[in-house]
Amino acid sequence: MIRTALLVAGKDLRIELRSRVLLWQVVPFGVMALLLSGLALGPANAGHSSAGPGLFYLVVLLVALLMINRSQAVESTPGTRSSVATLGLDPAGVFLGKALALATELWLTGLVLLAGAVLFLHTALHGALVALPSIVVTLAALAAAGTLYGALTAGGGGAATLLPVLALPAFAPLLIAGERSFSAALGGGALWEWWVIIAVALAAYLAIGILLYGVLEES
Amino acid sequence: MIKLLSQRLLGPVTLLALAATLWMGLVVTPPDKVQGDLARLVYVHPALAWVALYLSFGTATIASGLYLWKRTRSMVMDRVAHSAMEVSLVFIVLTLITGSIWGRPTWGVWWAWDARLTSTAILGVLALGYLALRRANDDPTLRARRSAVLAILAAINVPIIHFSVQWWKTLHQGATVFTASRTLLIHGSMAWTLLLSFVAFTMLFFWLLRARYRLEVQRERTSGQSLRDALEERRREGAF
Repeated sequence: MIRTALLVAGKDLRIELRSRVLLWQVVPFGVMALLLSGLALGPANAGHSSAGPGLFYLVVLLVALLMINRSQAVESTPGTRSSVATLGLDPAGVFLGKALALATELWLTGLVLLAGAVLFLHTALHGALVALPSIVVTLAALAAAGTLYGALTAGGGGAATLLPVLALPAFAPLLIAGERSFSAALGGGALWEWWVIIAVALAAYLAIGILLYGVLEES
Repeated sequence: MIKLLSQRLLGPVTLLALAATLWMGLVVTPPDKVQGDLARLVYVHPALAWVALYLSFGTATIASGLYLWKRTRSMVMDRVAHSAMEVSLVFIVLTLITGSIWGRPTWGVWWAWDARLTSTAILGVLALGYLALRRANDDPTLRARRSAVLAILAAINVPIIHFSVQWWKTLHQGATVFTASRTLLIHGSMAWTLLLSFVAFTMLFFWLLRARYRLEVQRERTSGQSLRDALEERRREGAF
């Protein structure tokens, strides 16, 4: 399973490295969304607003939707999905691999957006660094959930519009927990209860993915 | 015979139970000491929530699980899950509306960013997403598998809703009928009316589920029929 996961993650990341879609399209979109969030607050408020963590996670969600669609689109070429299915790879490994690749992309984009939040929204650098471990785990949970929801909508009619309808409500608890833990890190509050929610969500999505991804691949 | 009786009797008995709940809730029970007549919503709102969150969503989740399990996989399970999810969505919306009617005079707002309200609304959107997913896939097997997985994923939200009043500081009240030590908090005609409302709405759920299931079977039959008719027509055209 682990070998398959590493193989699939390597394949997805190599495709991303060669196509440079993440670098030239997704990251600039995220930075632009962050700037627009600041403008929506108003130039006077954006600089000293407590909304930094919330805006950071909101932009992360938008970016994650693009990435999930992209992660499924690399296999949308006619015949690719059935070819992968006939290779006889462990579906749990395929799920973990795709989730790992998506998490890696989200971590990289998250770092750029965090720097953007420090620069544009004046989020305290020390607080952002304290929040970094919780951001890493939240983005991993988003990647696991996103891989599942991406597979659910892949190839169906209106997949690009259906994904946000299905995934955003499921992402809401992660957004809340992530934002609260980030705010707690900035304010020096307790982090552990939000950590528990994020960790439980990550474990639940990984377990469901390992158990049920095969069913989605079969279909 | 028993099956026929239950099929024939379920509807009228449900209507009678609902009418009795209405009569007891509006006429027999006294107004509440603190909330007055507003408290009469307790004979509707908790029973609606019970059907929406636990009975319908639970049925949809169990039927989806049974569909995914190879031994019990059949389109019957898929139809049950689909029907239960539709009924659940209707009851979730009714739960939110009745809660909102109670919230306006009590909290001063139609909507509060409360953990239970928000998580219930999210469950409603998930149920909508389930129905949207079904419409997006034409192949019955693909549709059944994907929607079964989604129903199980969405069910994660149900325990979050249930325990939200304990996990977070919420405006929504905690346990109303029983205390933590299982002591009854509602007495007399109020308790009986509350119990009757749960029975009436549970029966309504089974009645609606049965009707929706039969509708789905007929829809499948007619859609197959129209395809067969179209093919037959094409064949006849080819013959000329």
